[in-house]
Amino acid sequence: MTDSADGKLHITRENAQRLLRSMLRIRAFEDKCAELYTQEKIRGFLHLYVGEEAIAVGVMDNLTPEDAVIATYREHGHALARGIPMTEIMAEMYGKMEGSSRGRGGSMHIFDATTRFCGGNAIVGGGLPLAVGMALADKMRGLNRVTTCFFGEGATAEGEFHESLNLAALWKLPVLFVCENNFYAMGTALARSEAQTDISAKAASYNLQAEQVDGMDLIAVETAARTAIAKIRSEGCPQFLECRTYRFRAHSMFDAQLYRDKTEIEEWKKKGPIIRFSKFLRDTGLLNDDDLAAMEAEIAVEIEASVAFAEAGTWEPIADLERFVLVDEASP
Amino acid sequence: MSNSAKTDQTYRGAVREAIRDALSRDDRVFLMGEDVGAYGGCYAVTKGLLAEFGEDRIRDTPLSESGFVGAGIGAAIAGMRPIVEIMTVNFSLLAIDQIVNNAATIPHMSGGQFTVPLVIRMATGAGRQLAAQHSHSLEGWYAHIPGIKVLAPATLEDARGMLWTALEDPNPVLIFEHVMLYAREGTLPADAGPVDIDRAVIRRPGTDLSLITYGGCLFKALEAAELLAAEGIEAEVIDLRSLRPLDETKILASVAKTHRALIVDEGWRSGSLSAEISARIMEGAFFDLDAPVARLCAAEVPIPYAKHLEEASIPQTESIRAAAVALMNPQ
Repeated sequence: MTDSADGKLHITRENAQRLLRSMLRIRAFEDKCAELYTQEKIRGFLHLYVGEEAIAVGVMDNLTPEDAVIATYREHGHALARGIPMTEIMAEMYGKMEGSSRGRGGSMHIFDATTRFCGGNAIVGGGLPLAVGMALADKMRGLNRVTTCFFGEGATAEGEFHESLNLAALWKLPVLFVCENNFYAMGTALARSEAQTDISAKAASYNLQAEQVDGMDLIAVETAARTAIAKIRSEGCPQFLECRTYRFRAHSMFDAQLYRDKTEIEEWKKKGPIIRFSKFLRDTGLLNDDDLAAMEAEIAVEIEASVAFAEAGTWEPIADLERFVLVDEASP
Repeated sequence: MSNSAKTDQTYRGAVREAIRDALSRDDRVFLMGEDVGAYGGCYAVTKGLLAEFGEDRIRDTPLSESGFVGAGIGAAIAGMRPIVEIMTVNFSLLAIDQIVNNAATIPHMSGGQFTVPLVIRMATGAGRQLAAQHSHSLEGWYAHIPGIKVLAPATLEDARGMLWTALEDPNPVLIFEHVMLYAREGTLPADAGPVDIDRAVIRRPGTDLSLITYGGCLFKALEAAELLAAEGIEAEVIDLRSLRPLDETKILASVAKTHRALIVDEGWRSGSLSAEISARIMEGAFFDLDAPVARLCAAEVPIPYAKHLEEASIPQTESIRAAAVALMNPQ
């Protein structure tokens, strides 16, 4: 998006609008999922990414198709930004065979081998060791690839966070750790669970480079991710980004949000990534009302098409229930 | 003929040869675990491999079981064929999240898109006076989990041959090596190689009862069978070899022949692998039985340190013999 050769921000209209569109697309998808949940089309746990869109979009824009991604149970945004078709993601929400995981995973377990998107991991911290291993494999195979691992600040209390950062730094593995710090691990505020609330300081203690970024600022995230990924590719060492953000919606559809004030939510919404980036684009003449209207119309069409695709999808035959518990051959 | 030439070997050496063979056959294979390299392995299994294969492929890890087991899963997903060594089954509990929540689920949960061709080896069992945090037999727990295979090589041939077959298997495979077997001596054909991993094997044919066992209890069961033979009782000894999947066909066929079954397991009795085997016999061979299925398992205690207490905690040759006699002569 930018060219740092002269240290100044350069941004083209096309790129700027593409990134805004990507955030709007995630927001609209999540809003649709909430609606479908109330209609009982989507069941189980549903964790929405509303408010945090700048992180997935800003980071993912710097990855190549050969890179790998591991995300959490709040991963619809990552899956969309990574390029998994919205139709397949929506079909997965419905539990249909045409879904990205053939309906076996649901909202929390979107997988896509084509884009090396390895979940959708719903054990907090459980994805970090996997990311270390995928990066280890890439390094041992002499492939210049980056594994990007997203997790929340709640994961930093898990042993797997500490074990993984140490291993990645010790073995100099090409991992980008992205902590999406939305200040609440479900309903437990960061300061109520951590003695050290500075996540990037915690990460830096493992002798890897850690940066703190305003996760509501798309340009800041994109720039930090680009710098970090360039370092990983050139130096082969892991990098850590703490992106400070906020979740506008409830933790899941069962959450009454007793643990936070409505005023706090409203304050954060004013700083939201879409409001902020679109204002910046309007102020700099890179976006007008017609552009926005056109984008929203296109997205609405795509959303409706994904719902139609999911509705028309089929159910995996029960005869295939046990298929893939054990496999006959390894994936390439 | 090369395959008639025998070499003296230990179980430990057979596992080492298996690892060396795998590393030589396939560039994607590497070994990682605690003290596998510079130290040579806590049970000296991997001694010498660091010098032979280098630090990249014989990878000493920090004491981070969850971290390096998870890394093994990730590396397997991304195209490598890792062998992960965990010092002992008790320590594997620090990695059970990765084994049960990731290795066992990801192939199915991803709709078959990502597979986990990984081997995890670990020591199991009692007998070295290592007390309650290094001596348990928890392989039956793992045998509860769909999505993984669980092996228990007891013989030198299996110690030598199961690893490569497990590495070729596209699924996560756990291999349990009983600590009391490492020093066991025997001979192997000079060209010993891979063996199948999906069958139980009858180690001693017999007609009067089936002794169903695996791993560290196999040789005790075979000794007990010799004592029983002296008393006129011919025991058939079945080495399960694979705990998941179970070779139910072989078990049921044996019971259909002998009409009596004694399951010998160093794991605890309650909610156990022995309970599972007993249930399968009940389901599949009930009308073949002349007596209720019998079980001889570990005492329901954390394995104690003192030698006499430790010995009393797990099946022994004499207690197997006595249990078999009791089964043959119901009160």
